[in-house]
Formats: sequence, structure tokens, C-alpha cells
Amino acid sequence: MATSTTRKKPVAMLVVTGIFSIIMYAALLSQQDLVLKLCGKGGLNAFLPIITAFAFSIIHGTFTGHFWTVLGFEAAKRKKEGH
Amino acid sequence: MHDLATNFINLDTITILYLFAVGFVGGLVSGFIGSGGAFVLTPAMMSLGVPGLVAVASNMCHKFPKALVGAIKRAKYGQVDVKLGIVLGISAEAGVLYGAHIQERIKLAFGDAGSNLYVSVAFVVILALVGGFVIRDAWKTYTAGNADAEEKLGLLPLWVRTVNIPGTMVYFKSLNARISILFTIPLGFATGLLAATIAVGGFIGVPSMIYVLGAPSLMASATELVIAFVMGLGGSFKFALSGLVDIRLAMIILAGSLFGIQLGAIGTTYVKPFMIKVVMGVIMVIVLFSRGLMVPVYMSQLGLMDKLGDTTTSILKTTSFGIMIFALLLGAFIVLGAMWTGRKEEMRREARLRQTSGAMEHGEI
Repeated sequence: MATSTTRKKPVAMLVVTGIFSIIMYAALLSQQDLVLKLCGKGGLNAFLPIITAFAFSIIHGTFTGHFWTVLGFEAAKRKKEGH
Repeated sequence: MHDLATNFINLDTITILYLFAVGFVGGLVSGFIGSGGAFVLTPAMMSLGVPGLVAVASNMCHKFPKALVGAIKRAKYGQVDVKLGIVLGISAEAGVLYGAHIQERIKLAFGDAGSNLYVSVAFVVILALVGGFVIRDAWKTYTAGNADAEEKLGLLPLWVRTVNIPGTMVYFKSLNARISILFTIPLGFATGLLAATIAVGGFIGVPSMIYVLGAPSLMASATELVIAFVMGLGGSFKFALSGLVDIRLAMIILAGSLFGIQLGAIGTTYVKPFMIKVVMGVIMVIVLFSRGLMVPVYMSQLGLMDKLGDTTTSILKTTSFGIMIFALLLGAFIVLGAMWTGRKEEMRREARLRQTSGAMEHGEI
């Protein structure tokens, strides 16, 4: 949460990953019938939801990370570690 | 393959926003304590008309990518013991499979009500024992004024460190010690068993890493995310083989939970370690009451007690779900409050440092 005054904020990355994230969600929701038909088959199609989950976690995960950074929410400078 | 029409619900804007919001709060708590949130998501989906198995499968399929993102974030803060997470995760996977098998057997023998009663009783007994212990320990730390002190090892982890079984000894950085891997197997297995039963293995996983192995709270909660990833990936694939994952639901919840988990992970860098125990203990004890309310409903359905009226059943179900949502919201509130306090302390410390260095530059010190 400490606002960094020296590090540049990743606004460009936020916009790029945000656009990709929106495209992925738009594709998922606009093609619901096809997605459900493929995932509902099971068997070898089991890889589809797994791959989809990984893809969303990478793109949307990167976006959400940048989102909080750009808003100024960052880890405490004195990081708390275990021992 | 299952019937698509009965397995997958229609999505409207309200449903999407509802799942996004529940995902966010669940993610916030998970990012902080390593688990939690999942116990609300399955009933939340079922309340929308999603069949139980699809709700469990979809919940699991949102859990592993969420845990992956959370684990990577917290690894950047030096809080994750990947080796311990993977070792525990593998035995947890066996626990999940065995737990699912038990569930299937109970369902076959006693039907849905029997299965629900088993889950509720497991909730009540385990959360009472473990949650009570965790919250008592957090309270003791707080009242003793040791909140800032380094966590001390209890007698059990000290004993675990003295046991030397040749060929099984492994060094774990979170423990800063070599222990026998044989100790991790039952702990991981129990974590998986609980995950398959009540959807939150972390209620066993995190306390066992703290109180049995002696891991610091922050590292235990972060390492739990690795276990959740391993368990969630295997479990999701198993459900996906039967075509039970509603990937739309999973990804919508993930959309909210990834915002939450990032924030929860950031929060861990601002708080005192005992806050992990406070949040976990409080959620566990409140959820225990939520599930406790459902025990008479299922007992009545099984004919183990007098039949409850429809109104009574409905009141108990609604109250139980309400308490569960309250537990999650209270957990999120404590997390945000602790972050806020930690941030203020950090800002004060920085201001003092600036003052001191300014004074030094002007030759006043």
C-alpha cells in the first residue's frame, strides 16, 4: 500500500493485460454454448477447462497485480518473512 | 458425460456480479490465510441452482489458478516453502481421492441427507477442535503482549525435530530444520481429506504446519497456497474427466478472486503474524455455528429425530447461509482493518526515518 515515488507505475502493462483479459472474458461468455458443450463432454476434453484456467490465471492474474500497483497498493517495504 | 441442460445454469448480469463479489471476498481471505472462501462458494453456487457436484467441481477449478497466482505473489515476499508445499500437496492429493471415495460411499448408503449430515458433523467437530485451539493461541499471544515477538516453537515441533529416521530426513526452509518426511504424509493426507469433505483443506493444513511442524504463521499460510494448487489441479482434472466443470462459473469467480488474492497477499506484509491465526480462528468458529444449525435439518431428513416443519427448515437453512457469509465478510473486514493499521504504522516509521535523515543532512545530529 505504500506509494512508491521512485518506481514507474506499470500503466501500459495494466492497459495491455486489461484488454486481453476483457477479450478472453468476452469470448468465454459470448461462446457459452460451445464452451459448455466441449467441456461437458469430459474425457480428453478435460484438458480444456484446465488450459482455460491456466490462461486466465496468467493474463487476468497479471492484470490484477498491476491494478493494485497502479492504485498504489504495494507490499510494505519492510517485508515480513518467516524466521 | 452428463446432461448439459440440467448441469449448467443460465447466467445473467446479477448472477455474474454476485459470483464476482463472493469471489473477491473469498480471494481476499485466501490471499491472507492461504485458504477459506471456498466453503462459501460451493453453497453460493448451489443457491443459484447449480447442482452440488458441478458446484464442487467448478469451485475447485477456480481454486487452483487462484492459489497459483497467490503463491507466486507471496513467493516474491519470501513467504513460500515450495518444497514443503509440494510434499504436503502430493499426500493431500491422496487424501482428496480417499475423501471423495468416502463421500461416494456415504451418498450411496444414506443418500444426499446422509452425505450432508456427514459433511456438517465433520465441519462442527474439526472446526471446534482446531478453530478453538487456533483462536485460543492467538488470544494468548495477544493478552501476553507477544504480538511483535518472534513465534516460539511448541513442544510438538521441537520433538518432531529430534526424531531421526534415516533415509526420510528432508530439509525445509520454512522450518529451518531437517525433519522426517513421514511426519508430512499424515498431515497432507488429513488436509486433502478435509478438502474433499468441507472444501477447505487449509483449516487442517495451516494449523498443522504451525503447531506440528513449527512453521511460522506467515509461511504456513503462504505454503498452503501451493498445497491448494496441487490439490485443486488434480481434483479439477478428475471432475473435468466427467464433464462436471462449469468453466464459466469458475472463471467468473476467478475474475473477482484474483483481485482479492493479490490484495490479501499484500496485506500479509503489513500485519503481525498472529493476525493470520486471528482471522483463521474467527472464521472457523463462526462457520462451525453455521454448519451446526444444519445438523438437525439433515438428522430430521434421515429420520434420526422428529421431522422439522418446512418453515423451521427454511429458517435454519437461511440463517446457516447468512452466518457463513457473515464469517467471510468478518474475515475480510479484519484483513482490511489489519492492513490499514499496518499501513499507518509503516507511514509513521517512514516519516520518522525521513525526519532523522533530514536532520542528519543539516548537521543537527
